[in-house]
Amino acid sequence: MTSTQVSESGTPAGRPEAIKAVPVRHPGRWVAAAIVAIVAVALIRSVATNPRFEWDIVRQYFTSSQVMHGLLVTIELTAISMVIGIVLGVILAVMRLSPNPLVAGASWLYIWLFRGTPLLVQLLFWNFISALYPKIALGIPFGPSFFDVSANSLITPFVAAILGLGLNEGAYMAEIVRAGIISVDEGQTEAAHALGMTRLKTMRRIVLPQAMRVIIPPTGNEAISMLKNTSLVSVIAYTELLYSVQLIYAANYKQIPLLIVASIWYLIVTTILSIGQYFIERRFSRGSGRGRPVPLAERMRRNLFFARYANRGAGGAP
Amino acid sequence: MSEAMLRAEAVHKSFGRLEVLKGISLEVKPREVMCLLGPSGSGKSTFLRCINHLEKIDAGRLYVDGELVGYRQQGDKLYELKDKEVAMKRTEIGMVFQRFNLFPHMTALENVVEAPMHVKGTPRQAAVQRAVEMLDRVGLADKLQSYPSQLSGGQQQRVAIARALAMDPKLMLFDEPTSALDPELVGDVLDVMRGLARDGMTMVVVTHEIGFAREAGDTVVFMDDGLVVETGAPRAVFENPKHERTRSFLSKVL
Repeated sequence: MTSTQVSESGTPAGRPEAIKAVPVRHPGRWVAAAIVAIVAVALIRSVATNPRFEWDIVRQYFTSSQVMHGLLVTIELTAISMVIGIVLGVILAVMRLSPNPLVAGASWLYIWLFRGTPLLVQLLFWNFISALYPKIALGIPFGPSFFDVSANSLITPFVAAILGLGLNEGAYMAEIVRAGIISVDEGQTEAAHALGMTRLKTMRRIVLPQAMRVIIPPTGNEAISMLKNTSLVSVIAYTELLYSVQLIYAANYKQIPLLIVASIWYLIVTTILSIGQYFIERRFSRGSGRGRPVPLAERMRRNLFFARYANRGAGGAP
Repeated sequence: MSEAMLRAEAVHKSFGRLEVLKGISLEVKPREVMCLLGPSGSGKSTFLRCINHLEKIDAGRLYVDGELVGYRQQGDKLYELKDKEVAMKRTEIGMVFQRFNLFPHMTALENVVEAPMHVKGTPRQAAVQRAVEMLDRVGLADKLQSYPSQLSGGQQQRVAIARALAMDPKLMLFDEPTSALDPELVGDVLDVMRGLARDGMTMVVVTHEIGFAREAGDTVVFMDDGLVVETGAPRAVFENPKHERTRSFLSKVL
């Protein structure tokens, strides 16, 4: 309205002159950029010139067989624990949403217990489970048992690690999946029911695929957290990546370069996981205009720099 | 076939202490188009949702094509139907929602073939062929591969109608199908519904579109406060309402 009035009363010929103004100066920005640049140069210089980083040692051990073995175990633990966590999470989430109060309550209790205690403590518990249950038997409850084995031979450090990480992850995944399920509009369920779908089919074909959009991003974060949380397994003397380098530096006292070796490998795998997450997310955002995945570089930046390690209350690995 | 397609006998429904339906009785014959009118909160939508058992009724009886909705009667005992049996019955009743409720992760075509393929087990090729026909019928043959988010409200609602039609329902329920649409898009959806009515589809339509009720409706039912206040041919109800409540409602909407 105002623009038409102006053009009517102002310059007679159509489009007014383009604005040419002196831009506002931002001296503060230049100062901040200079400080950042100075700090960055100083950091790079110290990393490059401080001989105690011992980059030659880093290079020497970077692809050593012990480190490679540890890396593979870390990836294996991450993968198995995430699968257990996701499957358990879906089951617990559906249980939590069940109309049966006992079923919902059981799920709530599980989540309360496994989220409420530190992962490190849970790992130690599984490791020492034979002190609590020396024998593990399969049989009819309160009835005869078909066979039993000693807990020590059944719960190896590997099984303890998988149980500790997977069962803990299940509790977190349950909340993520539940959030995904309740984010799907109730009209979707109604429409599916009205078309003659059973409750199970509605969940599988209509609700879960849509919930995926909400579930995938935090699940990617979980996988990345899991990768780093596997380092806690070193406390039960299972040789994943961190424990592998600990074993090496226990012998040669080169703590810093070997911790750098482990860190670089964690960064590399995290980066690969971030890229994978980006593509999975793009796959599940079909049909939605909004919620396009965050660009790859941005996603990687987030995953690399905002670890959730401390939030777990897991304490530090020794 | 003189048997009613839909028969309601003294249907009651409460949500907690609030009684929403206080005894609805009516009959819809095959090929009849019944329009339900009334102020908001009068129970029209709830009644519609009871017809395909999205809501359970508390008292009375509902029959679709002669069969009890949601229950099985043996002697004088009622047995609740299993999830699967309820789902089976719903395949015979199409429903169109105020908010469309298309599946956003599927294209228009996928939305329409979903139920025929995964509920009825129709082979993909036959289902797709039929879906294309249905989408063509609602005037969207060029939007097969569009996702709901790429369609206007009116187009989405027409896909929703095609989706319901693809199941070959005996009865179509419309829950305020044009209330969420921009005014200029209402016409397209109503045109499709008029076409359906002309082709002999049995329809129960909750609507505020008096014009549609007047020309396409065979019967108009005016509901208020959980009860049927007045029933009759559109001409009779609109031009010569017998009840004061009908008259005051019509004076507000006409």
